[in-house]
Formats: sequence, structure tokens, C-alpha cells
Amino acid sequence: MLEIKNLYVSIEKNEILKDFSLSIKPGEVHALMGTNGTGKSTLVKSIAGHFECNITQGKMKYNNKNLLELDPNERANEGIFLSFQNPVEIEGVNNSYFLKTALNAKRAYNKEDELDGLEFLKQLKTKLKEFGLDNSLLKRDLNAGFSGGEKKRNELIQIMMLSPDLILLDEIDSGLDIDAIKTVAEVINSMLDGKRSLLMITHYDRLLQLIKPDFVHVIKDGKIAQSGDHTLAEELDEKGFEGLGLHNDKNN
Amino acid sequence: MDFRLKAYKAWLKMEEPSWATLEYEKIDLQSISYYSAPKAALNSLDEVDPEILKTYEKLGISLDEQKLLAGVAVDAVFDSVSIKTTYQDELEKLGIIFCSISEAAQKHPELVKKYMASVVPIKDNYFACLNSAVFTDGSFVYIPPNVTCPMELSTYFRINALNTGQFERTIIIADENSYVSYNEGCSAPTRDESQLHAAVVELIILKDAQIKYSTIQNWYPGDENGKGGIYNFVTKRAKCLGDNSKVSWTQVETGSLITWKYPSCILKGDNSVGEFYSVAITSKRQQADTGSKMIHIGKNTKSTIISKGISALKGVNSYRGLVRVSKNAHNARNYSACDSLLIGSTCSANTYPYHDVKNSSSIVEHEATTSKISDEQLFFLKQRGINEENAVSMIVNGFCKEVLQELPMEFAVEARALLDLTLEGSVI
Repeated sequence: MLEIKNLYVSIEKNEILKDFSLSIKPGEVHALMGTNGTGKSTLVKSIAGHFECNITQGKMKYNNKNLLELDPNERANEGIFLSFQNPVEIEGVNNSYFLKTALNAKRAYNKEDELDGLEFLKQLKTKLKEFGLDNSLLKRDLNAGFSGGEKKRNELIQIMMLSPDLILLDEIDSGLDIDAIKTVAEVINSMLDGKRSLLMITHYDRLLQLIKPDFVHVIKDGKIAQSGDHTLAEELDEKGFEGLGLHNDKNN
Repeated sequence: MDFRLKAYKAWLKMEEPSWATLEYEKIDLQSISYYSAPKAALNSLDEVDPEILKTYEKLGISLDEQKLLAGVAVDAVFDSVSIKTTYQDELEKLGIIFCSISEAAQKHPELVKKYMASVVPIKDNYFACLNSAVFTDGSFVYIPPNVTCPMELSTYFRINALNTGQFERTIIIADENSYVSYNEGCSAPTRDESQLHAAVVELIILKDAQIKYSTIQNWYPGDENGKGGIYNFVTKRAKCLGDNSKVSWTQVETGSLITWKYPSCILKGDNSVGEFYSVAITSKRQQADTGSKMIHIGKNTKSTIISKGISALKGVNSYRGLVRVSKNAHNARNYSACDSLLIGSTCSANTYPYHDVKNSSSIVEHEATTSKISDEQLFFLKQRGINEENAVSMIVNGFCKEVLQELPMEFAVEARALLDLTLEGSVI
């Protein structure tokens, strides 16, 4: 599904990812760990086509399409969803209107009929009910004045409605209490149908106990230093990055 | 005629103002013909020039449709003479007068004499004076006491004949405890030579009455180099004469090469309220110098100014506002908020607030912000599948929401479409 080969990415002349390779197949769940500043966020941003990420070398393919040739909105409509660490606030833009526009943009891209307001609300209500989420966030402006937890919950609603094929989660668990993390896990696990893939960045094992990864990778100095199964995350939780010699050299 | 001559003589002595942040070539007023009228008087819609009707239809404002569907009474000012006034019978039953000024001058001379130039005096300013001297026609509205006008009144002004300056005059009088909502929509087809528009609008609001005046201005802005755009120099003023009277100006300014416009409120009656909501967009070579004047005279008078300026490409947007609180305006309150949004790096925005407060019990607040459409916001929307153009439109509409929600429903839809149209291709 996603094939990254020998990728070099720099941000403002600083080389962040160096010779990075990763392959994700349909249905796989990958977790990405590592100390701060190792390039975890840069990786998911590069996949989504963020304007700051300057790709100097390497290849990125998604469903056999060259990602580097696609605009960010095209990548999104191809089924890539990035849940932001700090989702931006946009005042004056109604959340529900935004979501409907995004959903219809994807439907139009896939040559499907657009949903009218009524049909959209019906789908939205069904999905929200499934996970006991209320619709109060939908009435407000997009993330404007939302608490950290509300922003993350709003990201979850977008994931549910847009039903992407490749979900990228950038520290969705940061700043969330245990109940909120459980909701995240419930929603994400329900989406994992064996075809969808997931790449999640996290610092904690807690999320990984709720969403079981098939692979755990630790990034160090811009590339994957070690890969393993879930036990690697447990070991990290116990001994820390330094204990395993996986801390970023530059930062220490 | 006396009125015109007096104005013309005064105007000859006046000089064109140059204090606005606008750049344009001097207007050759001699080359403008001051009056152009359709060839003959018309008795019904069938006799209206089909070309004229066609243009209306293109703009989606055919009179028939308006009459049937929208339930909007329209006084269509086309090439300076009112062609047709609809719904007059229905309004007449309520005692509401809605007609052209020329008709009003014949049928209701006492009202016209009493109120014409009572808000905007002949010598008020260069362009208003010019209007007083040469004004051709315009709309006249009178709402009798205790009457709430049952429909939105609308006038569509169009500048159509070659080199026709439009010197419209509008007078709206809301008598005691009455209410009216008035919509003015403007658009102009492509023209090669710059055209001048110098209108005067006077609103008179008596005790406990309220006027809501909404404008969409979409005149031809000129091409990339500003060639052919409309010069729009308008004097709009409301006088809250009676106690507890209220006026609210809402404007969406998307067109014209040059906009020079400061809808103002004179709050004379005690407890009177003045509001000004504005969205002004400048793209290409457009320049706008707009804002509001709030003159507090009565006690406990309140005013609000919400101004949103959006600049793209080489647009220049200036907010110029005056809040004056006179000596006896105890407990007067003003709140002004001026926000500017910049798209790209070749446009600019300025804010010039002037305050003149002579009463110590009054409170005057002013807030101003300037922001650029943030790349992170754009990226967020794009990451959710929305293309760049729609993403910009979404952010801009959100920025203007406070003002757009003041517009009557069908007007708001039109305004959104115009915002998108004006900003088309402005994303770099």
C-alpha cells in the first residue's frame, strides 16, 4: 500500500530524514516511536505532502501511484488521512459544514454523487451514536476554542466520516486522559477491517496496549534503527530509549 | 432647479479631496454625460427593451422572477431612470411610498422638500455636491408611523450606457415606530472607460423606528491593470432623529476599481443605535477606502463598527473611521473592530481610526487585527481533501461571517458567490 524507499527530507535546510525506508501493506498496523526531534512527525507530514517538507531524494509510492506527483488534497482523496498533533483553529468556518465539504470533495474525486445536507447528517448521527460521541462539536467553528481533548475527538469524527485507507496518527494520545484514549482505541479498532492500514506515532505503550501493532519501529537520527513486534514497545516502556541505546545522538 | 443651481455654484468652488489612500487619474467630468434615459416612457414590462431584460436575466434578477418568486419589491434604476416599480399597490395599502424621486417630487412634494438634503447638505463634500447639482433620479421610500414594511425593498442600480455617470439619490424616511429593510444591489457590465458613480443616500429615522440598509456592490473592477473599472464615490448617511431609533448599514463591497464610501450615522435621538457591518475585498488593482462615521449627540447612544477588509493580488484596502462623541452625549458607547486579511504578499491594508471624544462618561473601544491566511490552515483543509481554491474561499467566508450573517438570506448567498468570484485566481 505504502512504499517508502531511501527518502531524504529536509526542513529549512536541516536534513531530518536520511535514507529512510518503510513498507506498509494493506491491513497492517505500524507504530513509530523515538525521542523528540528524530523525524517522526516529518515522516507523516511528508507522506501527506506538507509544504515545509522538502524531499531531496528517494521515492514514495502509494497504491502504485507516485505520491510526490500528487497535491496534498489529491493524496487525501486517494485515502490518506493525517491526524494532526495540534489541529489548527479556523474561526467562522462551521465544523459540520467543513466536514460535509471534505466528504463531498472525496466523493467527487471518486466520481460519486455528492451527499445533500440531510443525508450527510443522517450518516453523521449514526456514526456518532455508535461510539457515544455527542454532536456538540459539530455546531461550533472548526477547532476554534476547542480544548486539546476536543480537538482530538474532532479528528476522530473526521476519520470516521472520511473513512480513509491509510490512517496516520501523530500523537493522538498526547494530553488525553485514559477514558479519552479508550475512545480513540475503540474508534480506530473498529476501523481496522483487515484492509485499512495504520501508522501511529506515540511515546507511550498505553495506546499500543489498546491498539495492537503488528510492527513497532524506533527512529533514530532520521531512519529506522530497530524494528520488532509489540514486545519492543514494552521493553522501551520499561527501560527507556537510552536503556536500549536508541536515544537521538544529536539531542544528547 | 434652484436646488441644483445652488449646488452647482457651490461645487464649482470646491476641490476634489485628496486625503484618501487612493491613487487614480483625475476624472474628466466634462466628458461624462449626465443623463441618459430609455427612449420612450414604458407602460408595461413587455415594452422594456429586450436587451435590458436579457442583462437582468444574466444577473439572475429578472423582474418577473423577482415579482413572482422572491416577493421583493424592486425599483429598477436602469440608465438613470426608474423603469418600473413593482408591488406598489400592495405597499400603497399600508401607506408606504416606494417610488422614484421624480415621482415623489410630484406626488409628495412636502416630504421631498422637508427631507431632501436634510442629512447630506448640498455643500457637504465634493462628490455629494456634484450629485446635488446633477442628480438624475433615485428611489424614495416613506414608511408611515407604526408600519412594519412586510417585504424587503430592493433597488438594483446598473451602470449601462457608455460613459454615463450615475448620480443617484436615495431618500428613506422611517416615521415613528416603523421598520423597513432595504437592499441595494449593484453590478456593471464590462466597459473600457472608467465610469464615475457619485450617489447620495439619506436615511431619516424618527422615534422608535428602525432602518436596515444592506448593499452589495459589484461594479466592474477593471482588468489586471485596473483599466475600465468604476469609480465609486458615495455619500451615505443616516440621521437617527428620534429617541430609541436604530439604523444598521451592512455592505459587501466586491467591485469597483475605486471605492470611496463611509456610511455614517448621526445619533441625535437619545438611546439611538447605529451599526455598521462591512466586508470590502480588493483584488487585481482595486483600491478601497471605506469605513464609517458615528456621530454621538444624544444621551446613551450606542454604535458598533465591524469592518472586514480582504486584500489579494495588488489590492489596497483602507479602513477610515471616525467616532465623535459630543459634549452632551452622556454614556455614549462605541465599539469598533477592524480586521484585515491578506492573501499573498503584494497587497496591503491600512487602518485609520479617528476618535474625537468630548464627554467623559462615554466609552470608546477600538480593536484592529491584521492576519495572513495561514499556510497551516490551508494545509489542514487540503489534507482533508479540499482543493486550494475552495479552502481559501472557506477561510475568507469564515473571516467575514460576522458581517454576512447580518445580510438578508438571499442577499447573503449572492454575497458569498461574489466573494468567490472576486478572489478567483488570487491564490499564488
